[in-house]
Amino acid sequence: MSVIISVEKLTKKFKNLIAVNQISFEVNEGEIFGFLGPNGAGKTTTINMICTLLSPTSGKAVLNGHDVTKERNQVRQCIGLVFQDPSLDVWLTAKENLEFHAMIYNIKSKTAKKRIDQILEIVELKDRKNDLVLSFSGGMKRRLEIARGLIHYPKVLFLDEPTLGLDPQTRNRVWEYIRNLQERENTTIFLTTHYMDEAENCDRISIIDMGKIIAIDTPENLKKKVMGDIITVETTNNKNLSKEIENKYGKSVFLYDNKIQFEVDDSERFIPQFIRESKEDILSISARKPTLDDVFLSLTGRKIRDESANSMGRMRTHIKMRRGHR
Amino acid sequence: MIRDLKGIYIIWLRDIKRFFRDKPRLISGIARPSLYLFILGSGLSSAFGMFGGREGDWYIDFIYPGILGMIVLFTSLFSSFSIVWDREFGFLKEILVAPISRTSIAVGKALSGSTLSLFQGIIMLFFAPLLRIQLNFFMIIKICLLILLTSFALTSLGILIASRMKSMQGFQMIMNFLVMPMFFLSGAMFPLKDLPKWLEYLVSINPLSYSIDAIRYVMLEDKTFLVNPLYMNILVISIFAVVMISAAILVFNLTD
Repeated sequence: MSVIISVEKLTKKFKNLIAVNQISFEVNEGEIFGFLGPNGAGKTTTINMICTLLSPTSGKAVLNGHDVTKERNQVRQCIGLVFQDPSLDVWLTAKENLEFHAMIYNIKSKTAKKRIDQILEIVELKDRKNDLVLSFSGGMKRRLEIARGLIHYPKVLFLDEPTLGLDPQTRNRVWEYIRNLQERENTTIFLTTHYMDEAENCDRISIIDMGKIIAIDTPENLKKKVMGDIITVETTNNKNLSKEIENKYGKSVFLYDNKIQFEVDDSERFIPQFIRESKEDILSISARKPTLDDVFLSLTGRKIRDESANSMGRMRTHIKMRRGHR
Repeated sequence: MIRDLKGIYIIWLRDIKRFFRDKPRLISGIARPSLYLFILGSGLSSAFGMFGGREGDWYIDFIYPGILGMIVLFTSLFSSFSIVWDREFGFLKEILVAPISRTSIAVGKALSGSTLSLFQGIIMLFFAPLLRIQLNFFMIIKICLLILLTSFALTSLGILIASRMKSMQGFQMIMNFLVMPMFFLSGAMFPLKDLPKWLEYLVSINPLSYSIDAIRYVMLEDKTFLVNPLYMNILVISIFAVVMISAAILVFNLTD
């Protein structure tokens, strides 16, 4: 796989704030790469720098072989963007918005016409193509924006919070479409999100907090890196079983709701052995994979949506996490 | 180069399309000048008539080119509002991230503003026969060229301001602050003869004075009110236009 975006020590300072602090990473061609972090972590600032919308204070970013500060137009020609906030002209029709885009990206009008028809069909807006965007719902606008970002067949499609404010049904549709596209056109997709479940759709995730990247890996590896699986068991005699687990497997257990909870490295192998060898009757057993929520919590000491956590609170959660109790 | 021309055309085309789609804007663009012309013009000319001296009718002849200049001033400066609007509603990003040069964006905007001003100016010219002002074909061509030059300069000034404005309210404030003095000090409402020194100075630094002076001379074919020679008027407006569009291009290129 070849590298399509490479970022080196990219930094953006605003007056008295370092929004992005010396971040470095690479994105491979054809992958879905996600930027995950709370609001204000520096996700949009980073995207804006890579998209030539913002000049970096220092550092370097290269996209498809073009330097984002020196070869802006070449970079712009090979990227598509879907912004966090709507960026359509509501006084133009859906079709006119796409035509404008095609013209500005220098696509021959014949080709453009074909692509516009095609893409409007895919995003299911064909029957509304001659209506002013003013009359569109939020979901329709978002779909139109994604369609627009694709008209010029970009090598990289940037999606800044692509499903923000959409209902779950539309969110799923948008995602279905994004994955489809990635498979069909081998388009590299770079997205930011603060929805954990959305981040799990990515091939690789970079977790960003306070302008710094704190981890980059596949969602699975990230979850593995932090802790094992979480196992919950229920028996007729919880006390005995707890002792057994502690003595035999050396795990610290946690009792709640009349159930035993503990952590193992690899639940798939652990559970069969555990059941075979257990002396107590097991009524129920379940294993839960840690979510990205758990990952973010353990890396930063905060929940991703919890923006007001003070340092004391962070400390406490951190210690708790280290002990493996939640 | 061809790419830049195409970019200019696209930016221009969209602004024109939007203008004709925005009915209230279209109507107010026609209503405002008629209001000034018929109510203010007629009212003031009967006042002048009352004071004796020359017939009051001369004032209609006098104020007509002034109102035309006012229309050009308003339309040109406020057409750059589209930049602030686009920033507010996000569309500016779509334009800024596109692979066209910032120069072609600024020039495209300046040209669309001038086109709209010219369009409104031409609508005004339709009123001329009603006011018994005789215009022949060559006069109309000359007037249109003067309008284009003036509005290109004024739109560029508008772009210069708009590209630095983050809020719609701020833009409106600055514009009103700029438009009113420019209008009052332009010789649109009163002849620029025998003015107090300080007023004369203010008038002479107002680029609009030169436009209105030139338009009035071409329209009335009468040197009674002419302040500067025609060539000098055209020269001053041209220099102003070049300076303004260069500044607008520069600022646009610096915009993140």
